[in-house]
Amino acid sequence: MKIGVVTFPGSLDDRDAARAIRLAGGEPVALWHADSSIKKVDAVVLPGGFSYGDYLRCGAIAAQAPIMKSIIKKAGQGLPVLGICNGFQILVESHLLPGGLIRNEKQHFVCRDQKLRVENIDSAWTSEFQVGDEITIPLKNGEGGYIATEETLKMLEGEGRVVFRYLEVNPNGSMNDIAGLRNERGNVVGLMPHPEHAVEPGFGPDSPVAMRSGIDGLKIFQSVLKSVITA
Amino acid sequence: MPKIIVQVMPKQDLLDPQGKAVARALERSGHQAIKAVRIGKRIELYYATTPTDAQLQEAQKIAENFLSNGVIEDVVEVFIEQD
Repeated sequence: MKIGVVTFPGSLDDRDAARAIRLAGGEPVALWHADSSIKKVDAVVLPGGFSYGDYLRCGAIAAQAPIMKSIIKKAGQGLPVLGICNGFQILVESHLLPGGLIRNEKQHFVCRDQKLRVENIDSAWTSEFQVGDEITIPLKNGEGGYIATEETLKMLEGEGRVVFRYLEVNPNGSMNDIAGLRNERGNVVGLMPHPEHAVEPGFGPDSPVAMRSGIDGLKIFQSVLKSVITA
Repeated sequence: MPKIIVQVMPKQDLLDPQGKAVARALERSGHQAIKAVRIGKRIELYYATTPTDAQLQEAQKIAENFLSNGVIEDVVEVFIEQD
């Protein structure tokens, strides 16, 4: 099962994403922003970071990269695509997901272990969860405040397209505590927190069991491996 | 060189942290008459010759689809400027 991870100039978490895919049992494939082919991958991850130094708007220039043309086209045909943090911003700028992400409400960069509630499991990336699961994965962003028009919010809530919601603390002022979204078909998911940083005991967030033992992010990558097999 | 100017502003109802910080600094330095500041972007597109009407229309599209994000920003003006 091959999962592509795109590296843009300024991507930071591409290697962590590749490691998470490996730990989940998949084979990561490095993809390059300037290439137009996504090779023969079964899914794609757009990793976190600061592509193009966040010039113009976060994710706006990356959304115009040659590889994004293929990804947008294939996403329209059902290819599973996950955007993490800057990857979520790229998905929004590519119009694969609606709305926008703006500077955090209190203007600070926020870095914390964030509790989330899984709201929807009808997606390629959340099928291994149960609705209502509470998970903890790291969050680190400066521009993670999700906004959308009232109409769009209504549509997202009505169609069950909010997949993750912030619990206890809303770290960035996101409307409706939205942490992650899916597209209509469920193959495209974007989220602000970083599941790839919670995949290996000893290197994840603290959990009630032990320090740094949290691996709640792993299920996101396991979900896609399973959905690709059954598809 | 002839150019097309694109001006983009954050939407009115959206918090503009840059503008707010500058407004506070102005108030501190005694400019009491200034009640608010909003900061946007001016983008200059350069052409070899005076842009045609078609090029101006194209620039309007670029401004709406790439240089701004309609969810958070408005394109205020797109116009040709001669030197």
